[in-house]
Amino acid sequence: MSATTVIEQSPPTERPEKNYLNADHTLRSWIWTVDHKRIAVLYLISVTFMFFLGSIAAAVVRFELTSPWGQMLTSETYNKMFTAHGVIMVFFFIIPAIPAVLGNFLLPIMLGARDLAFPRINLLSWYLYVAGAALVLASLALGGIDAGWTFYTPLSSLYSNTQITLALVGIFLAGFSSILTGVNFIATTHKMRAPGLTWFKMPLFVWAHYATAIIMILGTPVVAMTLVLVIFERAFKFGIFSPELGGDPVLFQHLFWFYSHPAVYIMILPGMGVISELISCFSRRRVFGYEFVAFSSIAIAVIGFVVWGHHMFLSSQSVLQGILFSLLTFLVAIPSAIKIFNWTMTMYKGSVWFSTPMIYALGFMGLFVIGGLTGLHLGSLATDVHLTGTYFIVAHFHFVMVGGAIMAFLGGLHFWWPKMFGKMYSEFWGRLSAMVIFLGFNFTFFPQFMVGYLGMPRRYHFYYFAPEWQIYHILSSAGATILGIGFLMPAFYLTASLIKGPKASSNPWGAKGLEWEQTTSPPPTENFHHKPIVMDDPYDYDAIADNDDFRAHWGKEPVKYGGDN
Amino acid sequence: MAAHATTHPTNPDESEVYFQYEDIDQQQETYIVGMWTFIVQEIMFFGPLFLIYTLFRWKFQGGFYTYSQKLDYVLGGVNTMVLLFSSFTMALAVHYAQKKQTKEQLRCLGITLACGFGFLIIKAFEYADKFTHSLFPNNSFIWPPHGYEYLGGNPEHARLFFSLYFATTGLHGLHVVVGMICIASLMILTVRKAPTITDYVPTEIVGLYWHFVDLVWIFLYPLYYLIPK
Ligand SMILES: [Cu+2]
Repeated sequence: MSATTVIEQSPPTERPEKNYLNADHTLRSWIWTVDHKRIAVLYLISVTFMFFLGSIAAAVVRFELTSPWGQMLTSETYNKMFTAHGVIMVFFFIIPAIPAVLGNFLLPIMLGARDLAFPRINLLSWYLYVAGAALVLASLALGGIDAGWTFYTPLSSLYSNTQITLALVGIFLAGFSSILTGVNFIATTHKMRAPGLTWFKMPLFVWAHYATAIIMILGTPVVAMTLVLVIFERAFKFGIFSPELGGDPVLFQHLFWFYSHPAVYIMILPGMGVISELISCFSRRRVFGYEFVAFSSIAIAVIGFVVWGHHMFLSSQSVLQGILFSLLTFLVAIPSAIKIFNWTMTMYKGSVWFSTPMIYALGFMGLFVIGGLTGLHLGSLATDVHLTGTYFIVAHFHFVMVGGAIMAFLGGLHFWWPKMFGKMYSEFWGRLSAMVIFLGFNFTFFPQFMVGYLGMPRRYHFYYFAPEWQIYHILSSAGATILGIGFLMPAFYLTASLIKGPKASSNPWGAKGLEWEQTTSPPPTENFHHKPIVMDDPYDYDAIADNDDFRAHWGKEPVKYGGDN
Repeated sequence: MAAHATTHPTNPDESEVYFQYEDIDQQQETYIVGMWTFIVQEIMFFGPLFLIYTLFRWKFQGGFYTYSQKLDYVLGGVNTMVLLFSSFTMALAVHYAQKKQTKEQLRCLGITLACGFGFLIIKAFEYADKFTHSLFPNNSFIWPPHGYEYLGGNPEHARLFFSLYFATTGLHGLHVVVGMICIASLMILTVRKAPTITDYVPTEIVGLYWHFVDLVWIFLYPLYYLIPK
């Protein structure tokens, strides 16, 4: 029944003892910590703060769009608002959210290691992130940036006289934070696995983070150099991306999307890793087609590097290039679909338990499918000509990023919260928040598909030429309000759980995996009281026995679907 | 942070093993994997510069020859020799580190460090020359330079060439400085007999980085200084 066997000591006992949280209480012990778990908590606080700031910018954008005439903001202020929203959310929230919080916390524990390979470099990553965030916030405070999160030249390099240089330096630093995290994850996964933990016994969460780390070290340096060249172009008059100076602005787009398309997978792959864990645990079944799910992560990482041209169908690419990029884009749909089908098969005949993390996971699957399939509309040449640059694209990437990555982040956070902080949150409020977010999300972004299809351009703050679109925008803004409430709920009940939540057992979900079965909640500083040795396959769930566990813990039976299994 | 290094009881060498590793072998292997991963990252970092160079050289064949005439291939060549020699002494340093001949190892590291200095000094002379001829691509960039009106070429393309030249050599120079800081730190730790430098692996990973920095220059020199007519 157990996924692992232990040499010296059997399951950890629930005694009040030293863990990584109460090991030392000084502020100094937090800001100079090299413990991956504490660094994960530092990241959790920082990305939550940035998410809050990015949400404010989004709220201003949504409020402005309730009127067709663009009455509240000037065009310039509006440009600065959506740029602030994009830059903060992309570079300082979604990219680090899952890898730097959940990945940092869990990767070493899932591998049975005491820490990441390079703990001090891990701390350096966090400091680079903070420095980058500080510079970007300074650029916003000193007048803002207006070139959009994509920073297309020559607007960003020659014409804009906002604080772009400062913001670019900040993003560059955040990029190196991400690269160092990637180096750490790769070295850890290769060299720090516990005895017996072969590659095909690793949890799929680790596979997904390994694939993410590959993208981080191959893609991020390219955009870092590109941004350096834009900085040089602004600071001196280097002429690489500005036609007036002899350069080529489309070249910037190629280099930017060479990173920023794979960056989409930096955002979604770790989320897919989380979902694999959640679906398996709450269906009480082994992940269907483990090897396929594992390799599909690697396939997504690899194919993701050769599809960037689909962002540039309308910018001076040859038709042949367009056709090839379109074809390759369609190929990425295959590994993504493999994951969705395998998760569905995992639930089939499993005992599905609708706990908070599972509701988030199911929300992820629904929204990711819509986000992914609408991506195919944008990946085919003919339809993209009509849809590109409209709210259809805005809706598409929010379905993938918010409906996908953030749902997965919240699902994972709720799943591992008891492990991270040793406290249980209110299951009622948890389930409610998952459903409110799901509802609010669809209210916000589904109307954007429709208004985008009708022709509403992105990045416009008025649409007086088609006031009949106002109803879609009002629906969307109303939905955004619900979504905002949904996002605020976890902030309250999760914080409340820290203060007065019941103490979590070492394995409140009856889940499989080293982090649940071999260590306490929260884990001690050295992660394990003994060195784990892995004997069995991952996800070795035994549905019937675990149902008894559930009854003992929760006093009720999980909902059972399908046959006997 | 030395407090985190503990002597592992099972380790016969009494080498220091950081707390996250099981033994010295795991620690060394992890260091090497980490450094190679970082070098992959560095290759991708320089990648766009070489890509942009390729595209524009293809586009402006004749022009690039003309502009490269203003680069001093003799000084560049001397610098190539300096870096190649420094790579040789770096490799020797790793060799001596493996044989635990610390005195020779330190001497070789010292020579490598001196070569790094020499490279930067020569590079500074080259840069100074470009600045005096207004060939740095800022607002006062002039093409053709004063006194060379017969050179031909297009001012915008010349700006592009020198932008790429300064971006590539400048970032390479920065990497030389970082490499020198690493070598100097390694020497200090070795002299102090720091407990974390008891084997050759730290020297090896600094060496890997230094060889990478040299390799960038080996590509860079012919691409910018030796363009055929
Ligand atoms: Cu894309």
